[in-house]
Amino acid sequence: MNKISIIISREFTTRVRKKSFLIVTIFVPILFAIFYLFLMWMLFKEDNQKRTIAVINESTLEKPIEQINNTNFVYLEQDVNESEYATFLKEHNYYAITRIPQSVMQHAEVYMYSLAPIPLELKNEITIQVQRQVEEKKRSDIIAQSNIPDLDKKLRATRTPVLVRTLVVSESGDSKESSSEITSLFGLVGGLIIYIFIFMYSSQVMKGVVEEKTNRIIEVLVSSVKPFQFLLGKIIGVAAVGLLQFLIWIGVGAIIITVSKLVLLPGVDLAALRGATDLTPVQGINMQPEQLAIVQYVVKTIEPSFILEFMGAFLFYFIGGYLLYASLFAAIGAAVDSETDTQQFMTPLSIILIVSLYIGISAMKNPESSLVFWSSLIPFTSPVVMLTRIPFGIPTWEIILSMVLLVLAFLFFTWLSGKIYRVGILMYGKKVTWKELYKWLKYKG
Amino acid sequence: MSFFKALHIVKRYANHTALDDVSIEIPEGSIYGLLGPNGAGKTSLIRIINQITAPDSGELIFHSRPLQRADVNRIGYLPEERGLYKKMKVGEQAVYLARLKGLSKQDAVARLKMWFEKFEISSWWNRKVEELSKGMAQKVQFITTVLHEPELLIFDEPFSGFDPINVELLKREIWELRQKGTTIIFSTHNMSSVEEICSHIALINKSHKIIEGPINQIREKYANNTYQLSCRYNPQFKAEEFIGDEFKILSQRIEDNRHDIILQQTNYCPANTLLSRIMPAVDIISYQKIIPSMNDIFIRLVQEQ
Repeated sequence: MNKISIIISREFTTRVRKKSFLIVTIFVPILFAIFYLFLMWMLFKEDNQKRTIAVINESTLEKPIEQINNTNFVYLEQDVNESEYATFLKEHNYYAITRIPQSVMQHAEVYMYSLAPIPLELKNEITIQVQRQVEEKKRSDIIAQSNIPDLDKKLRATRTPVLVRTLVVSESGDSKESSSEITSLFGLVGGLIIYIFIFMYSSQVMKGVVEEKTNRIIEVLVSSVKPFQFLLGKIIGVAAVGLLQFLIWIGVGAIIITVSKLVLLPGVDLAALRGATDLTPVQGINMQPEQLAIVQYVVKTIEPSFILEFMGAFLFYFIGGYLLYASLFAAIGAAVDSETDTQQFMTPLSIILIVSLYIGISAMKNPESSLVFWSSLIPFTSPVVMLTRIPFGIPTWEIILSMVLLVLAFLFFTWLSGKIYRVGILMYGKKVTWKELYKWLKYKG
Repeated sequence: MSFFKALHIVKRYANHTALDDVSIEIPEGSIYGLLGPNGAGKTSLIRIINQITAPDSGELIFHSRPLQRADVNRIGYLPEERGLYKKMKVGEQAVYLARLKGLSKQDAVARLKMWFEKFEISSWWNRKVEELSKGMAQKVQFITTVLHEPELLIFDEPFSGFDPINVELLKREIWELRQKGTTIIFSTHNMSSVEEICSHIALINKSHKIIEGPINQIREKYANNTYQLSCRYNPQFKAEEFIGDEFKILSQRIEDNRHDIILQQTNYCPANTLLSRIMPAVDIISYQKIIPSMNDIFIRLVQEQ
C-alpha cells in the first residue's frame, strides 16, 4: 500500500510541476470563456452598420417605421418608377426602398427593394413596427366607433408579456423547472470537458507507460512493486492531477460567481428570489418584473442543488470513464515499442470517444432518443452522453444503471489491461498483433 | 544450508518454453555466474527470482523458506535493459527508486549523499538525467541497485555498455560488497569476467541447466590431463625421446627461440619424474597443467548439446 502511495505522489508531482499543467489550467477556462462570449456576441451583436432606407408611403399610416438602431428612414415626397429603383438606390446611396402600399390595411404587405439581401434582424424589426402600426390603427378605428369609455386604456392593460417556463415531471410527483437552453448548455459543456479530460489524461497514462518501456526503467520498477500496483499508482496519480485541475476551476468559478453576484445584484437574496412566485419588485432591486423574471430564470438554473448534483455526476463519470479508458490506453502503451506504434490500437477507442461526443451533442436536441438512451447506458459512451442528458432531468434508475455498468466495465477492463500490461512492458522488439495480445491474457503472472 | 534455491522451475510462453525444469542452488556469499548464450533463458530465470514474473511451476526457496513478496526489498536488481526517467532530477529519482525498495526518505537521502560522494557525482544531484553522460547514468543506476543494502544482488550483463574505467569501478564495488557478505548473481556471456569474478557458475542452454558448481571444480573437471611444457630452444632436443610411455605429444612448435609442447598424460606420472627425465637434455622454462578456460568449456558444452 505504502509503495502505491509513493508511486502516486511521483506521478502527481512530476505532472503538476510541468509547465503544461499550468498552461492547461489557465487557458482552458479562458478558451471556454472566449467561446461563450463569442456565442453571446453572435447572438446579441448590434447591427452597427449605418444605413438609410427610403420609404415610399402610399398608405394612410403616418410614418409607420422609425429609426432602428443605426438605420434611418427617409420618407420620399415624390414617387419613383419601379424600373428605376436600382439607379435611384445607387444615386442617393440608399440601402433600400421600402414601399408601403395603399392596400396595407387590407393586405398587410410591405415591399423592400435592395441591392443586397436584407439582414434578418432588420427585416424582423420592420415587420414588428409595421404590424404594430397597422394593429394600432385598426384598434383606434374600433375604439372611435365604439362608445365604451376608457377602452383605449383597458385594451392597453390587456397587453401581457409571456414567459414560457418548462417543467419536467416525474412519477414521484416532483416537478422541476428545467430551463432548457442554459441547462442543455451545462450538459454540453460538461460532456465536452469530460471528453477532453478522458482523452487528455488517458493519453498521459499511455505516454508514461510508453516512456517507461522505451527507456527501460520499467524493469527496475517492477522488481520493487508488482506491475499491477505500479499501473494502479500511475492511473491514480494522473487522475489526481485531473481532479486538482478540476478543483481549481471550480474554486475560480465559485469566486467569479460570488463576485459577479455582489457587483451585479448587490443585496439580493437569491434564495428568496429563486423561490418567489410573485415577481412584484423584490426589495433592494430596481427592476421591471420582466427583467426580474429573466434574472430569476438565470438564478434558478444555477440552483445549488442542481449544481451539486451535476458536479457529483461529473466527478463520477470523469473518474469512471477515465479509469476505463486509462487502463486500456495503458495496455496499449505497454504492448507497443514506441509512441508511433500506438495508433493501430488507439483508433478504435478514439472513434468510440469521438462518436460519444457527437451523440452527446445530439442529446441536446432530443435527450430521449433511443440512440442517446442506449449510449448513455453503455460504459464506453456513457460518461460523455449521460452527462449531457442529466440536466434534462432523467429517471434516477437510468443514472444508477449507467453508473453500475460503468463500474463493472472498468473493473473488468482494468483487470484485463493489467494482464496485457504485465506481459507487454517486458516484451521488447516484437511487432504486436491483436492475436498476440489475446495470448498474453493467458500467461501466468 | 543454502542461501537461495530455485527448484524445478518451468516457464512456458505461447510458442516456446523458456525454462524447462531448471534448478539452481546459490551458496551464501558466493558470486554466482549465470551463463548461457542469448535466448537460453537467463533473463527469464532472473525475472522469476525477482518476482517480476511467476513460474508456471517450481519453487523458490530463500533462507530455507519459500520466497515471499516482501523479499523484493532484500534483493537488488540491475537489469540488462536499464534506464532512468530522463526528465527527472538525478537525486530525486534515486530517492524515489530507493523508497520503492522500502527505504525511508531520510535514510535514502543520507545513503545517497554518501554514495554520490564516493563516486564523485555529488554535483549532479539536481541535474536532469538527460544531461548525464551514459557512464554517469550507469553509476547512478549502480548506486540505486545497491543502496538498500540487499542480501542478494542480481546483475544482468552488468558490464555491457560500461566504459573500461567504469567496469573497473564496478568490479571493485562488487568485490567490496562480497566482502561485506552480499551474495551476488551475475548473468553474462562475457567469459573472461566470469573467471575473474565468479566463485560458482551455472550454465543454461536451450532452457536447460547443463552444469552447476564451484568454478574451479568445473574447470578441473574439464581439464583432460593435458600439460604444456616450454623449453629453451635446442636443435638437438627431441621431446619424444625423453617423455616416456606415460605421455603422448599432441602438438609441438618452435617459436621465439622456444619449444612449446602440449602433452597428453595417458598414465599417471608425477611431474617431478617427467621433469627429471627432460632436465639433462634441455633448459626447462615452464611446465603446467592446462586448465580449460570457461570460454572453452562454454563453447564445448553448448556445441555438444
